[in-house]
Amino acid sequence: MPFQIKENSNQYDVCIVGSGAGGGMAAYVLTQAGLKVVVLEAGPWYDPAKNVTQLKWPWESLRRGAGTTFRPFGDFDAAYGGWEMEGEPYTRVPGTQFDWFRSRMLGGRTNHWGRISLRFGPKDFKGKSHDGLGDDWPIGYDDVAPYYDKVDDLIGVFGSKEGIPNEPDGKFLPPPKPRLHELIIKEAAGKQNIPVIPSRLSILTKKINEDRGACFYCAQCNRGCTVYGDFSSSSCLIKPATKTNNLDVIVNAMVREVLTDESGKATGVSYVAKDDLQEYQIKAKVVVLAASACESARLLLNSKSKSHPNGLANSSNVVGKYLHDSTGAAIGGVLPKLFGRKRYNEDGVGGMHVYTPWWLDNKKLNFPRGYHIEYWGGMGMPGYGFGFGIQGLNGRFPDRNGNQKTGGGYGTALKDDYRYYWGANVGMAGRGEAIALESNYCEIDPNGTVDKFGIPVLRFNYKWSDHEVQQAKHMQETFQEMMHNMGAVITWGIAGPETNYGLEAPGRIIHEVGTTRMGNDPKRSVVNKFNQAHDCKNLFVVDGGPFVSQADKNPTWTILALSWRASDYIIEQFKQQNV
Amino acid sequence: MKRRDSLKAIALTAISSGVLLQSCDTDKKETVATPVKTTGIDRHPFEQVRDEKLLSEKFFDEHEMNTIKVLIDVIIPKDETSGSATDAGVHDFIEFIVKDMPRHQLSLRGGLKWLDVQCLKRHNKTFIDCSSEQQLTLVDEIAYPEKVKPEMKQGATFFNLLRDLTATGFFTSEMGLKDLGYAGNKPNQWDGVPKEVLDQYGLKYDERILKESVQWDTNE
Repeated sequence: MPFQIKENSNQYDVCIVGSGAGGGMAAYVLTQAGLKVVVLEAGPWYDPAKNVTQLKWPWESLRRGAGTTFRPFGDFDAAYGGWEMEGEPYTRVPGTQFDWFRSRMLGGRTNHWGRISLRFGPKDFKGKSHDGLGDDWPIGYDDVAPYYDKVDDLIGVFGSKEGIPNEPDGKFLPPPKPRLHELIIKEAAGKQNIPVIPSRLSILTKKINEDRGACFYCAQCNRGCTVYGDFSSSSCLIKPATKTNNLDVIVNAMVREVLTDESGKATGVSYVAKDDLQEYQIKAKVVVLAASACESARLLLNSKSKSHPNGLANSSNVVGKYLHDSTGAAIGGVLPKLFGRKRYNEDGVGGMHVYTPWWLDNKKLNFPRGYHIEYWGGMGMPGYGFGFGIQGLNGRFPDRNGNQKTGGGYGTALKDDYRYYWGANVGMAGRGEAIALESNYCEIDPNGTVDKFGIPVLRFNYKWSDHEVQQAKHMQETFQEMMHNMGAVITWGIAGPETNYGLEAPGRIIHEVGTTRMGNDPKRSVVNKFNQAHDCKNLFVVDGGPFVSQADKNPTWTILALSWRASDYIIEQFKQQNV
Repeated sequence: MKRRDSLKAIALTAISSGVLLQSCDTDKKETVATPVKTTGIDRHPFEQVRDEKLLSEKFFDEHEMNTIKVLIDVIIPKDETSGSATDAGVHDFIEFIVKDMPRHQLSLRGGLKWLDVQCLKRHNKTFIDCSSEQQLTLVDEIAYPEKVKPEMKQGATFFNLLRDLTATGFFTSEMGLKDLGYAGNKPNQWDGVPKEVLDQYGLKYDERILKESVQWDTNE
């Protein structure tokens, strides 16, 4: 077959690359406004109502729910992808760390995340003004607040009104009551003056429209919801957008580069279709990148032309820089008072019913930014790993009959130990804000590595600074004290300076942002305050790339709000015939 | 899929007779039977191919598998609540998981060999040919990692892994989940911790939680 590039004859108003939170929201808003839109998705179609792993039993998985390279978070997890993907490598500068999680499927990583839906607060947009580090955003909370409200209404989020200045309340659905271990955590945290409040998750505790059902409390949001009771971009944004008849979705389309004309304007994109490995081009008046922070940066850097010799939208040389992920550290253990507990259905919603927002003043601490705390525990459904390491428990605590045994063993007494200790585990993890540094970046691999499609791959260069290490140390100390106060015994996670206090490698928390950051100064930023490229007026980036700083909040709700805001701006440009 | 392979697939997974019939039909029609049908969960084609390949392979030989069966029933025997590890098909799970996670292969195969060598030295017999008494005497020497003698350390490492896999295999089986009393994985109306459990731990929901949380109309 001769090698030729096939041009799609459709003329689109907008071509969106990626169907996750940012791309899904742009598709939803732009098609509602009547624009003709095409979404290119690098993975297959996915519909949680049809691609079902929800309500399956552990024995229905050959590996009892254990993770694989394809589904590192377990065999039932909805997200296709992981830190390593066959034929799609990335590299790292020696001596630095970064693990890049990708999910190639309709809805992207919104199929996986914990539905934690936190607004950034006023301070989160103005970090530099508070502590001199990083940069302020060119926008503030008041600019984004109306869009957070709209996202709350459209998608739904539960929570409680708390009036905490930097944790803005939303338009909340009622939260579920705390589970047993969550009540115990709340009581213990009170002794340390640590607030424990209802979590804020985009899960429908009440029905909000006819297209989506209410949560039925199976605790399996990560498997995708057959009644669309939680948020994923595929079910809540792409699906309704297709009903407008203004949307085409091309799946298994791996975008190679953004095409530009001689004046430097974007004219569309070229992609390789994974199904036939042929090259295609799509023409559009506006190109919107939402491929994820690093993938969009890669696309820009790979889109070199006469008018954009340093890569598209990169006259500043800032594309790929200021990459930053959330910090993370965790510890876990058991609550002996819960041994032999009464059985009941404790599943609840997917994830925690309570959490701790950042509660301290960094001016009194030796690190600059905060973290929130996530909790887990209880009688979750057993899966691969159940009962591992019993010798560390049954040699430490008396059994049901009060006998202190030697750890390990076998037989009927051991069998009963598994029952006795089940449901007593408890744990917590910090998710904190890292400082965005110019020296942490991704770039096109200078050694010429390409992926299986011949697309040059990224090389990462990321090192935690002392700010993040000190923050992890604080997490360690706080968590250990909390575990002690609730009467728990720590069984894993205690870490000292030799392992940066358990601080996870960059990329592991999957909140990476900052690679195409926004700003008013075209020399120091990639996009303006409407996510529009300084160098190319009909090019927008609406994933986590434009974040100036990450905050100690999960980024999804802010990606959604900013994508909606950018989409309104795009609609306005069409109305004014600027594109 | 060859008939032999699909039968193996059936043996390795807990499935309903409905699926069994489906697999037989598929054989006759000579269309493609995939692990999607044997597992019942959504699979990407890439995963189907891999699962199918793993199911068609055999890792443990007959002697090794017979030894595993004896050992796992020592670890989790039948009692008044539920059956034994082999009753729950744990040996099939272990056969699959070592193919899925090759890191376990050497530890288990080497450990089984180590065990047989110990028995040959002591009784001039392999482990499964020893009397129950002889078997348990040896197991006692490797089942308690804190007390294990230095020369038996390899056995303890092996036994820890086998105990872990046996427990996971058993308590993620239908029999094990029922034994454990896991009460979820079905549509539910979460209305908080049952009153008697709150009382047991001296806890209660404060007024604000009761007022602001999701309410269920108990008259419905």
